[in-house]
Amino acid sequence: MIRRVLPHGMGRGLLTRRPGTRRGGFSLDWDGKVSEIKKKIKSILPGRSCDLLQDTSHLPPEHSDVVIVGGGVLGLSVAYWLKKLESRRGAIRVLVVERDHTYSQASTGLSVGGICQQFSLPENIQLSLFSASFLRNVNEYLAVVDAPPLDLRFNPSGYLLLASEKDAAAMESDVKVQRQEGAKVSLMSPDQLRNKFPWINTEGVALASYGMEDEGWFDPWCLLQGLRRKVQSLGVLFCQGEVTRFVSSSQRMLTTDDKAVVLKRIHEVHVKMDRSLEYQPVECAIVINAAGAWSAQIAALAGIGEGPPGTLQGTKLPVEPRKRYVYVWHCPQGPGLETPLVADTSGAYFRREGLGSNYLGGRSPTEQEEPDPANLEVDHDFFQDKVWPHLALRVPAFETLKVQSAWAGYYDYNTFDQNGVVGPHPLVVNMYFATGFSGHGLQQAPGVGRAVAEMVLKGRFQTIDLSPFLFTRFYLGEKIQENNII
Amino acid sequence: MAAPWASLRLVAPVWNGRIRGIHRLGGAVAPEGNQKKKRTILQFLTNYFYDVEALRDYLLQREMYKVHEKNRSYTWLEKQHGPYGAGAFFILKQGGAVKFRDKEWIRPDKYGHFSQEFWNFCEVPVEAVDASDCDINYEGLDNLLRLKELQSLSLQRCSHVDDWCLSRLYPLADSLQELSLAGCPRVSERGLACLHHLQNLRRLDISDLPAVSNPGLTQILVEEMLPNCEVVGVDWAEGLKSGPEEQPQDTASPVPA
Repeated sequence: MIRRVLPHGMGRGLLTRRPGTRRGGFSLDWDGKVSEIKKKIKSILPGRSCDLLQDTSHLPPEHSDVVIVGGGVLGLSVAYWLKKLESRRGAIRVLVVERDHTYSQASTGLSVGGICQQFSLPENIQLSLFSASFLRNVNEYLAVVDAPPLDLRFNPSGYLLLASEKDAAAMESDVKVQRQEGAKVSLMSPDQLRNKFPWINTEGVALASYGMEDEGWFDPWCLLQGLRRKVQSLGVLFCQGEVTRFVSSSQRMLTTDDKAVVLKRIHEVHVKMDRSLEYQPVECAIVINAAGAWSAQIAALAGIGEGPPGTLQGTKLPVEPRKRYVYVWHCPQGPGLETPLVADTSGAYFRREGLGSNYLGGRSPTEQEEPDPANLEVDHDFFQDKVWPHLALRVPAFETLKVQSAWAGYYDYNTFDQNGVVGPHPLVVNMYFATGFSGHGLQQAPGVGRAVAEMVLKGRFQTIDLSPFLFTRFYLGEKIQENNII
Repeated sequence: MAAPWASLRLVAPVWNGRIRGIHRLGGAVAPEGNQKKKRTILQFLTNYFYDVEALRDYLLQREMYKVHEKNRSYTWLEKQHGPYGAGAFFILKQGGAVKFRDKEWIRPDKYGHFSQEFWNFCEVPVEAVDASDCDINYEGLDNLLRLKELQSLSLQRCSHVDDWCLSRLYPLADSLQELSLAGCPRVSERGLACLHHLQNLRRLDISDLPAVSNPGLTQILVEEMLPNCEVVGVDWAEGLKSGPEEQPQDTASPVPA
């Protein structure tokens, strides 16, 4: 009879009345009660917000000095250097807003992970050299007490770029610039190539440049997690949400030539939570746009590009997502352990992966063949028609290969000149860019992060001068073309 | 171990926005044994007090600074006494041994003192260097790479020699004939891949490298890469599993040599 009176599902433990309980009241689950009491005490003690009614722990804070939109390797690198270069410990509050905490579409995780210094622009070479020394000493830069050291799995095998007759002169002058900046690159003739790498077919190759030191490939996911761990230990806050609105104020001012210009300053960032309409306005002083392939949307939210075309107000951020495929294949008689990352004259590239005769590579499509960036589906016919013939020509052993898998990722492609955008916007005065690197963002991330942090904290570039990479070049039409893009 | 601590802990171990243990690092981290390590009192204190954390951070930075100090590049000495003298001094200071051509081995004693008479013949090239158990790192190799006629280099059990250091050895390609990397904890098969520049190498010792994932296969690949070199250290049959029908017979029949 007692059983019928008691609420359903109570069970045998309630046949005896415990002191302090009410008959027919709430659950008499003792462990549940203890955990509830513990939760209440935890929320009263210091170190927790006292929100007994509403739990806002998933929302970002209401104030933050710097808001970094985008939690990939570039965003985290900026956060790291901001915290490293601040004048006092805890001087700057930084918030990193990342839309997808699984990084399923982020360019960082899907990257091939190469680093090389063989560029034609001195700034790109310096950025790569700085990043190489950062990666070499990564366990000193990103050391966290009690955490295991990072193993980036760096393969120092170098890059081998091949040039045909018509590109040979350009390659020679590029190598001269690279050596001037301090990169260790050697030039090889076709005979020397055949000597060193007997598996290569040097038909159509006039010259090759081979990076001897500080070049190779590594695990980008490990770098991302290492940065994340270190940056959290330095006090940077993370939030999973999407930036939906900027609240800004404008001011009409006169330039020295008495021309009217409207300067905008962002005051609040509205961060919307995942799968909900809830949003939090974060009051901020500086916004950093490191959103990768989606940077143009963030820039459009801030009003960049709203104006008559041809004016500074009407200049949009020319960064768009471009899909690139990477294929993994197995070839038992393929090139040996010493294989560098080979970039062919046709644009196809490949490198070894692991010890088991697996290789991965791909090729950048031409403008007409550009795939639709709406999703990350892989087109296997692209490999059959556009990649394999070039690979088989260059390395005869690749005539018998078997594709194991493939994936696709986005380049944050700068349609203007395929180089990054770094620094503040001239009109939206507190938005800084760190995006648009078109496939070499990962290898330049530490250097760019430091440059942006110096720009934010000190107002100018100190370590590496990236003034050719400012936004104003889009309006002025000054292209800084990089020739060696893979 | 976690359960008794969990019931006593009233303040959650979330300090300074740092959430431990939730952001797993996947395959890029040290093996699982580390994660299950017993929480020492020091770790407990580090989690709860800023001062302890800052002190431990400072001590860690100091350890790293000490290694850097040891690996400074001796450019002034090189100007005074030439590259061979500077390189030899660097090795001897670190605790290694040096052999000049046609001379005896010079070793420091257990107090770290070594005979200074090599300054008299520092035009003689250095033939062999034994840098076992030294703290040489990437920057310190600057001094080693000046020894252009080095024939034998032993980097056994050097804890700071890693893949980046191996990629730097190519300037010694003309002369280096013997290289030993036995017992270096940070050298992996990725660093061994860039030894293909050293075409004059006749003897390479790659035994006991804990960071190499598959020693038998690595041995085969390195042998293919350096055809004129005798690669010592790993038996290629290591890691091969005998088939199920062979196993019961193994103990009975004699193993062929």
